[in-house]
Amino acid sequence: MPLSKSEWLALEKKAHELRNLCLDTTYWAGSAHIGGGMSVMDMMTVLYHKYLNIKVDDPNWEDRDRFILSKGHAGVAYAAVLVDKGFNDPEQLKTFNLSNSKMGIHLDSNKVVGVDASTGSLGHGLSIALGTGLAAKVLGKDYKTYCILGDGECDEGSNWEAAMSIAHFKATNVISFVDRNKCMIDGRTEDVMNLEPFVDKWKAFGFIVKEVDGHNLSELCDAIEFALAQTEAPVMIVANTIKGAGIDFMADDYHWHYGAIDEGKYQQAKASLEKYYKERVARAEKEGV
Amino acid sequence: MAGGLTYTALDSTELSTAEIYGQTLVELGKEHPEIVGLTADLAGSTKIGVFGKAYPDRFFNVGIAEQNMFGVAAGMAKAGLVPFLSTFSVFASLRSADQLHTDICYQNVNAKIIATHSGTSFGQAGSTHHAICDLAVVRSMPNVTLICPADGVETAEAVVAAYENKGPYYIRINRGFDRVLYGKDYPREYKFEVGKAVEVNPGTDITVIACGSCVFQAYQAAKFLENADGLKVRVLDMHTIKPIDKEAILKAVQDTRRIITVEDHNIIGGLGSAVAEVMAEAGKGCAFTRLGIQDTFAPIGLHEDIMSNLGIDCNGIINAIREAMNKDFEEDDNWDDEV
Repeated sequence: MPLSKSEWLALEKKAHELRNLCLDTTYWAGSAHIGGGMSVMDMMTVLYHKYLNIKVDDPNWEDRDRFILSKGHAGVAYAAVLVDKGFNDPEQLKTFNLSNSKMGIHLDSNKVVGVDASTGSLGHGLSIALGTGLAAKVLGKDYKTYCILGDGECDEGSNWEAAMSIAHFKATNVISFVDRNKCMIDGRTEDVMNLEPFVDKWKAFGFIVKEVDGHNLSELCDAIEFALAQTEAPVMIVANTIKGAGIDFMADDYHWHYGAIDEGKYQQAKASLEKYYKERVARAEKEGV
Repeated sequence: MAGGLTYTALDSTELSTAEIYGQTLVELGKEHPEIVGLTADLAGSTKIGVFGKAYPDRFFNVGIAEQNMFGVAAGMAKAGLVPFLSTFSVFASLRSADQLHTDICYQNVNAKIIATHSGTSFGQAGSTHHAICDLAVVRSMPNVTLICPADGVETAEAVVAAYENKGPYYIRINRGFDRVLYGKDYPREYKFEVGKAVEVNPGTDITVIACGSCVFQAYQAAKFLENADGLKVRVLDMHTIKPIDKEAILKAVQDTRRIITVEDHNIIGGLGSAVAEVMAEAGKGCAFTRLGIQDTFAPIGLHEDIMSNLGIDCNGIINAIREAMNKDFEEDDNWDDEV
């Protein structure tokens, strides 16, 4: 079902809240991977508030949909989403990254409720997602596994081992995304290690590729609906995003892969997020049906 | 043994160690549909292929892609399956070390790695295929149970134990046929328990602590020296490298004051190191020799020739025992005046 205007607006509101919570957490922690956290937040909002079949009161429900954040360094966004959803105590965000916190930069599935895989070492998530996907087939279950990769992460060869085998086993119950924000720690992806022709690479590995604006919730939903309908080949949703989306002084600047926020920057970022939200609402009002 | 599995001397003479593993897994798979098998284009070589033939819907050959295989197994285990993964030990411990560390051990998932062609058992293939670091690498990963069985009989026991106990297991077995230790000629009662060394031969003069195919060699050496030199050599089959049997080690130190470790692995980080750690922390110094690969890459050749070259066969162990017996140790309990 295409996204209705009212649902779009509701998701925009949630995405706005989550961007703010991610920013707040970064501020409380002093620093975090806020750039990639902001670029991936719209994908996570749509998944956690429209598609994932999960139970907050039964986080280990065996029939639940799985979510694997392969770009595990976006833990600051993931933590915000899981706390907001009700899986974890909101107070935990205030100790994010601090000594003896349950929540470190990369979330630990044995410590943080709702995390399906401990990621952080890049190039692991897609294989784990294939594992949960194949397990669904063996166990006769119809849950789905969603996996989000970073684009810089795609330098890792292990992703391509996983890609080859997802297509080989026709694991269409695994629905994958790349957060294509075109930035990594040391620079822009095309300067550090060229990924293009990126879409063609996934196609060559046997995927149907849907390229979308990763900050357009309607486009994201359409792509997920498309992916859910496939039975012969897996889908890779290449989501073109902006690192630090919504925060003017961070946007599209690779230096904000990981950054520190002081009081001044925090207030500036808050104001920027409000402005960004108004623009997003205006778009939903205009384009929504 | 669980599930009515029994392996006789005849089985273990006619079957290679890996074949016994494969058959054991097939037997386990009959009653446990949650067991799945994975390999990285080594279904035939590692013998997990027989599981695939028996249960094709529960078997996944991921091609020559070990990193992916370990990640997939972690995901499967997270979803409630019990994956058994097989590839050569050198690849299981090194090529996919990050996935073994992070996906399997850190997440503490219920995955079982049965790594074949361990040590120098694929001798002719050379150092690219010798696994001389896997005990060191895997031993340092938290949560994993690390087992190096002495022969096919013990391998079957270890594989069943791996299924019966939760958490990551890494079992390293050899390519080809192992000399049968726990066969019909074995004069004592044999009982396998994870983390408990088997006293293969009683003795009070010196203790040889061995794992894998070196246990048989140590046993042969002990029997020879009993006749030739009148020595009573205690032989411990330290099949579980982690968690190691501290009690058996310290008892051996106390009783015999001379310890030799034997392993088909670099002397750094494996069985010898594990035994040394236990002794040092207990403050129990004694005559101590580590036999194994002396921090070099091993030569090419048949496994038995390499073992001879490295001095980890019967003759090498005999020589080491005689040398250790010449060291001057007193019979009293005063540990301060020893050499």
